[in-house]
Amino acid sequence: MSGSNGRRWRSASKGSGKRAPGSLLTRPWEPLWQLFHRLRPARWSAYVRDHWIGKPLVTAVPMAWLVLFFMVPFIIVFGISFSQSVLAIPPYEELWGWTDDKVLQLRLHLANYNYLFTDTLYVSSYLYSVKVAAVSTFFCLLLGYPMAYGIARASTTRRNIYLMLIILPFWTSFLLRVYAWIGLLKSNGVINNILVWLGVIHEPITMMQTDFAVYIGIVYSYLPFMILPLYSNLEKHDRTLLEAAADLGSRPWKAFMRITLPLSMPGIVAGSLLVFIPAVGEYVIPSLLGRTDQLMIGRVLSDEFFENRDWPVASAVAIAMLILLVVPIMIFQRYQNRELAHK
Amino acid sequence: MAETRTKTPEPWLDPHAQAYIRVENVTKRFGTFVAVNNVTLKVFKGEIFCLLGGSGCGKTTLLRMLAGFEQPSSGAVYIDGQDMAGIPPYERPVNMMFQSYALFPHMSVAGNVAFGLEQEKIKREEINRRVAEILDIVKLGEYAKRKPHQLSGGQRQRVALARALVKRPKLLLLDEPLGALDRKLREHTQFELLSIQEKLGVTFVVVTHDQEEAMTLSSRVGVMNRGEIVQVGTPRQIYEFPASRFVADFIGSVNLFEGQLTEDEQDHVRVKCEELNAPVYVDHGMSAPPLALCWVAVRPEKIVLERERPASSDNWAHGTIHDIAYLGDMTVFLVKLDSGRQVRVTQANRTRKPEEQFVWDEAVYLSWDASSPVVGMG
Repeated sequence: MSGSNGRRWRSASKGSGKRAPGSLLTRPWEPLWQLFHRLRPARWSAYVRDHWIGKPLVTAVPMAWLVLFFMVPFIIVFGISFSQSVLAIPPYEELWGWTDDKVLQLRLHLANYNYLFTDTLYVSSYLYSVKVAAVSTFFCLLLGYPMAYGIARASTTRRNIYLMLIILPFWTSFLLRVYAWIGLLKSNGVINNILVWLGVIHEPITMMQTDFAVYIGIVYSYLPFMILPLYSNLEKHDRTLLEAAADLGSRPWKAFMRITLPLSMPGIVAGSLLVFIPAVGEYVIPSLLGRTDQLMIGRVLSDEFFENRDWPVASAVAIAMLILLVVPIMIFQRYQNRELAHK
Repeated sequence: MAETRTKTPEPWLDPHAQAYIRVENVTKRFGTFVAVNNVTLKVFKGEIFCLLGGSGCGKTTLLRMLAGFEQPSSGAVYIDGQDMAGIPPYERPVNMMFQSYALFPHMSVAGNVAFGLEQEKIKREEINRRVAEILDIVKLGEYAKRKPHQLSGGQRQRVALARALVKRPKLLLLDEPLGALDRKLREHTQFELLSIQEKLGVTFVVVTHDQEEAMTLSSRVGVMNRGEIVQVGTPRQIYEFPASRFVADFIGSVNLFEGQLTEDEQDHVRVKCEELNAPVYVDHGMSAPPLALCWVAVRPEKIVLERERPASSDNWAHGTIHDIAYLGDMTVFLVKLDSGRQVRVTQANRTRKPEEQFVWDEAVYLSWDASSPVVGMG
């Protein structure tokens, strides 16, 4: 073994031409010397460069976070959705168990999903939630776009003030702000009192517990989530593009439609999803301001868990809602990737 | 190019010629800052007029007022005899090529070029035909479907040019058209611009800080300084006959000497310069009070280096070579005169003979022709 090794070391040393050939007997340190050369710092640095673990290490932190607090709970919920409700703690049957003749048995009940379609409550709540979210998103866009545009075009000092004003409501509790709307909207609330006092109306308008109140609540609460991504998009627009459009004979409105609007599409998509996705599952606003005869899916979900204590059905509702939302998230991803590709 | 230029008529010499653009006493203020100060200018049809000046001299502001992006604080701009006051950019018979090109990133090359035509009531087939035609002229036919970010800088520049030209404007404004291109591409594009301009007969107003660009492109150059136009003339005029010390110094490199007029006759002037060994003799007269202080400008390439003392009693100086920069086609020498003043001299490398090369610390005589120096006051 030593002989063949020795030959290899020697021939390598001959090839490099740095050291005279010699036998292992005369130069017993030769293998060590060669080994040292093979691992000399130049190679070490190349090794570190090629196999650097910094990048995976950096991404590992958010990855671990997502796995621990999103992936694992999701799998648990997904599992429960195939289980059966029992009167126990926890109130569902284990998915697997041992039969008497020592066979591992996995029992998946699809009945929970089937149930979602047999009881109209679920389908109608889903559809209602999507409708409420879509309408609210539309109005957020309608209100948010001009605001974001105005902020993006304002002078730097004013821009910061406006952005501050957009973010300021977050400093008050969300719940408190929604409660404040009750005071404004109820039959003897601020708005009705002012309108009656002005003589515009004689009877107070019923605004509480209507779709209108839910729209007001959601649009009010989620407007910043529409404005901020739109602003960050519009702020980056090159104004000479609009000058170029004007120079080529395009009137301001047409230039907006052909240049600004298409270029702000990623911002519109980002803002819309940031409003739409949480609005679908919104629980607080419809509970406080909304109709009692038509529930949104978030409320149904919470009722299943806490009122009915039917965890499997609640889990199935949650999974179905997730699938419902994956489609818009994927659209969002596609747009984001496309925008990144342009840079 | 200079040959074809001399054949074209020179409308600015004809007092009855109608100017295509008239800028009359235009001033533009931004707050207290005066960007353009009382500028009066005439540009004729078919000209390539360059506005040349350093950064912040007001040349871009003047261009933007022609395009309609800025309104003059006072004064008036007439294009083709029409007062442009209050006319928005989208109603002016003017197109502009932006310094940044300002291509629409979400549209293809063809989409960018077609944009201007779509604003008019033109049939789709006609638009397609004209887009294809202009893309052929700028040699971008096969790139029609690409997006701007898939093009090189030179290709983007040509798209911007095509987009501005496709509307067949009477007047094309170009803001630093070659600024973003590398040297080889610049030279190539310069001549391309000229041939397109001749083919389509468009009037060009070009803004540039690059005098070489101004020299090669333009029929006339307007040199701007601090919001004012300090001289208007052909490239040759402003180089050989600068009207002021600023222009002499700004255009090309020059050796400026302070002096005093000792003789001012009809056919010549003689100036005594402290820094030179002999008086400066100029073979044309000027009318100035006797013994007035003046400046003398001599271009580096007009100075001849010799080892022997020139026979003439005027127009020479003595010094030692302080530094040499070999540029291939020519060599730049920095000569330290006996007075201590450094003078820049350029010599064409006409031969490869080593004995003709000057070396460091060699004592040399500088001389120049009596027609070369420019003398001015103030």
